[in-house]
Amino acid sequence: MLEIDTNLLESKLPGFSNRFGKDVLTVSDHRGDLTIEIQPSVLRDALMFLKATLRFEILMDVFAMDYSKFDPPTRERFAVIYNLYSVSQQRRVRLKVFLNEDKPEIESVHDVYASANWFEREAWDLFGIVFKGHPHLVRILCHHDFEGHPLRKDYPSDGYQRLKSASPAAGI
Amino acid sequence: MTQDKNPPHASLINPEDADIRNVAFTTRLEDFVNWSRKNSLWPLPFGTACCAIEYMSVVSSHYDVSRFGAEVVRFSPRQSDCILVLGTVVEKMGPVLREIYDQMLEPKWVIAVGVCASSGGFYRAYHVMQGIDEVVPVDVYVPGCPPTPEGIIYGMMKLQEKITKGGIVRARDRHKLTGK
Ligand code: SF4
Repeated sequence: MLEIDTNLLESKLPGFSNRFGKDVLTVSDHRGDLTIEIQPSVLRDALMFLKATLRFEILMDVFAMDYSKFDPPTRERFAVIYNLYSVSQQRRVRLKVFLNEDKPEIESVHDVYASANWFEREAWDLFGIVFKGHPHLVRILCHHDFEGHPLRKDYPSDGYQRLKSASPAAGI
Repeated sequence: MTQDKNPPHASLINPEDADIRNVAFTTRLEDFVNWSRKNSLWPLPFGTACCAIEYMSVVSSHYDVSRFGAEVVRFSPRQSDCILVLGTVVEKMGPVLREIYDQMLEPKWVIAVGVCASSGGFYRAYHVMQGIDEVVPVDVYVPGCPPTPEGIIYGMMKLQEKITKGGIVRARDRHKLTGK
């Protein structure tokens, strides 16, 4: 495993390694794209810290990845990536957590960043990541009769599923 | 009969016009009805993607679809008789398209504009319907991604041709009459 570059982390995000140092798994700063991989258990706290203390005001995106066909193999099959942007400092940071294939679950952060609400529904819809504590975790892109999670690598790309009727009860 | 009792306009009528052959013509009812139908199509643009942008230029002055009598674009299915499906139709949109089609009054026609509407196009993937003929009966397919405005006009002319040749009884009743 990579040695954590604490100096880099400290210079970019002062105070972060102090607080979450033992839960940081990797840090990379590829061409200025700061990406921190952390333990899923501290994700919520880390986001709250970044928002309140380091002024990353906006959660730009939350998305999932399926690494099952990735070479070299990763530690777990799924990853969820949180993309933050600081308007006041004009810089970005990414937080990444790996989730277990059998139980891809993580705490919802809709109450930390309101924009997470729909992003998390999307990640649930397309990858089947469960966000615990989400107020309304239902499909957002695929139709209500859809079965499975189409962006998982084992879902066939031509797995069409016909929608019989538009149901207003299906929610947005 | 004296001059005074003639109707006032009588002197305006050319005696030759009194001959019925000079003031009327005969035709078959079907031809006459189809002629008026094909020259007054009221299109409904079901625009879901980029092809709809192409349709804008078809309607505006440069290409001017009103030369073919199809410029009265309606946004209510109840007021239109030709639905143009312009763009990608995802599976989730299928029932919506069908419902709009069902709201149109007979006679009605469908034009699938662009490869997306015709066959799914390059969206060979789980989310896109592989051709709208899975939910509505299509009369004319216009190929292209997007089709040129000339292509869309050509499609409308093809539809006019089809209307000329078609019957005027409603499709429902035609099935009843022929037992098919
Ligand atoms: S056929 Fe091409 S231009 Fe038309 S909607 Fe599809 S992608 Fe867009």
